[in-house]
Amino acid sequence: MSKIKVDRLTKVFGKRPKQAVKYLDENKSKDEILEMTGMTVGVNQASFEVEDGEVFVIMGLSGSGKSTLVRMLNRLIEPTSGDIWLGDENVTEMNKEQLRNLRRKKMSMVFQNFALLPHKTIQKNTEYGLEIQGIDKETRAQKAQEALELVGLGNYLDKYPNELSGGMQQRVGLARALANDPEILLMDEAFSALDPLIRKDMQDELLDLQQSMSKTIIFITHDLDEALRIGDRIALMKDGSIVQVGTAEEILMDPANDYVERFVEDVDLSKVLTASHIMKRAESIAVDRGPKVALKLMREYGISTLYVVDKKKKLLGYVTADDAAAAAKEQKGLEEILTSDIPTVHPDTLLADVFVPLSDDKAPLSVVDDEGRLVGIIVRGSVIGALAGDNEALNGDGGVGANG
Amino acid sequence: MEPMDETQLFPKLPLAEWVEWFEEFLKTYLSGFFDGVTNIIEFVTENFVLLLTLVPPFVLIILVALLAWWIVNWKIGAFALIGLGLINNLGYWPELIDTVALVIISVLISMLIGIPIGIWMSQKNSVQAVITPILDFMQTMPAFVYLIPAVVFFSLGMVPGVVATIIFSMPPTVRLTNLGIRQVDQELIEASNAYGSTTGQRLTKVQIPLAMPTIMAGINQTIMLSLSMVVIASMVGAPGLGTIVYRAVTQVQVGLGFEGGLSLVILAMLLDRISQGANKK
Repeated sequence: MSKIKVDRLTKVFGKRPKQAVKYLDENKSKDEILEMTGMTVGVNQASFEVEDGEVFVIMGLSGSGKSTLVRMLNRLIEPTSGDIWLGDENVTEMNKEQLRNLRRKKMSMVFQNFALLPHKTIQKNTEYGLEIQGIDKETRAQKAQEALELVGLGNYLDKYPNELSGGMQQRVGLARALANDPEILLMDEAFSALDPLIRKDMQDELLDLQQSMSKTIIFITHDLDEALRIGDRIALMKDGSIVQVGTAEEILMDPANDYVERFVEDVDLSKVLTASHIMKRAESIAVDRGPKVALKLMREYGISTLYVVDKKKKLLGYVTADDAAAAAKEQKGLEEILTSDIPTVHPDTLLADVFVPLSDDKAPLSVVDDEGRLVGIIVRGSVIGALAGDNEALNGDGGVGANG
Repeated sequence: MEPMDETQLFPKLPLAEWVEWFEEFLKTYLSGFFDGVTNIIEFVTENFVLLLTLVPPFVLIILVALLAWWIVNWKIGAFALIGLGLINNLGYWPELIDTVALVIISVLISMLIGIPIGIWMSQKNSVQAVITPILDFMQTMPAFVYLIPAVVFFSLGMVPGVVATIIFSMPPTVRLTNLGIRQVDQELIEASNAYGSTTGQRLTKVQIPLAMPTIMAGINQTIMLSLSMVVIASMVGAPGLGTIVYRAVTQVQVGLGFEGGLSLVILAMLLDRISQGANKK
């Protein structure tokens, strides 16, 4: 079941927003409404669902309504119409008290410019959410300490925000959010103010933390690379509307419209797609079979290289047709003729890291899992096809076709 | 109706009569209130003056010098020692005490009223829209004008002086409290709200602490303005250094005027430096 269900959520800035909502129902565009009524449509009937434990990225350029959208989820901005379902609770219908409890216990927010209180120490900042809940000093000091250790700042309790670098300040921002132990993290351009190297570190760290915590994260960004890196799924926004929701691969390989296509055209696919996306089924033979069987199989499949595995499917190497033919004459076993010192990659290896091993050998590159079992091969053609944006080069579900 | 002179386009509105009617109305129906206010201010100032008079001048001078040293630096401490010593030497000690009482009581009451109003203004644009023109009015109306109703409602002496001083000097505290709170970074307000603060928690834990330097600057302005009211307040019988200056002006005594004026300048500089120093701390 989904954690959050957002249904036709709309925000109109202006004097008579209900009027504009009516026009939106009549499928009038944002520009038309601005012209007719002078009101600005911030978010236009956004609907999406976020699964429990998912990193859901909302991406768009500035002015696309993404910040407005995320602020409506905890009602820092009041929605004009639409619903936000959290389980069976409707956030849009909560009274002040319920809303406060939601913000205190279930949803924490991390801000673009950190929003740390300059007059409070790191510890006091981290405690803020607990303090306003009236939790006693010892408990909140302990929780703050734990949260700060989680982000690697356990030794900075008594410092002030201005004594820390940007990256460290945002760790405090993250610790403050985690100290509340919320179910949902709202991250509004959380890493956008950091310089690129620090940003990448923070992304990695967030993903690491996410592995152990499994929060539901809604992450706002204008940076496509960031979205592709950390998002399980991505919602792309334009002019207040969501134009496409999908995994990174779906958005890159199957853009919903011209806008998305133009948006993603400069993406370095080699840094998004992994070996598992493009690998093909590997034809293999058990090592205890003879070279004649190998030759027969190669003829059958019309290939010149056959992979040799042991009983547990562990990759040992490959034999070529020439070698096998020679071996058959000399009565040798497969074991003696196989080429064993071959490069391999993991299914999660990025395409960018596949080029070098692929060029090292004439034979297709073999993909092996953590146990060394052969799960597929990569041929040059599919790498080029995938980089060229050819959908057919991909395994449709982005999964490991040859594995399952 | 009065006869029109030729520059008048329309018959004169009886504005003065209206104001006087309103004044009469207030006097009739709110006299209890004004009496109460008079009694309270009188009681507080008299006791404050009494307290300061009980302390021997040299003890008070040393205490103020030490305070200035501690809050600002030794230079201001030395200045306090010499300056207050000079005023004492000139023989204006009782007047100094009266003026200090007038200024401090006015400023305290201004803070007591002004800061809450400033906070209220900062929370609601509608309140700000109403209060801002009132503040403009309070500040731009010539200070002498306040003396008339002050005398009417509070008779003569220290109390009308305090009241006129409060009206004239309170606006900066209100304005800068409002401004300071409104200037707090919007993202911090959002953060405070996003973690589920109540309005009171947001004010006390985020907005007011961060607005404190600005609020203190407003209080400093209020102190300076109330000092500038000292001479004017003396016209309605508020005792103090102002009386000396006022007498010097009416009798054209340059020497006396200089002595009184110099004493006021010394007091002003001390209060300014000490209140600014307290702000930095």
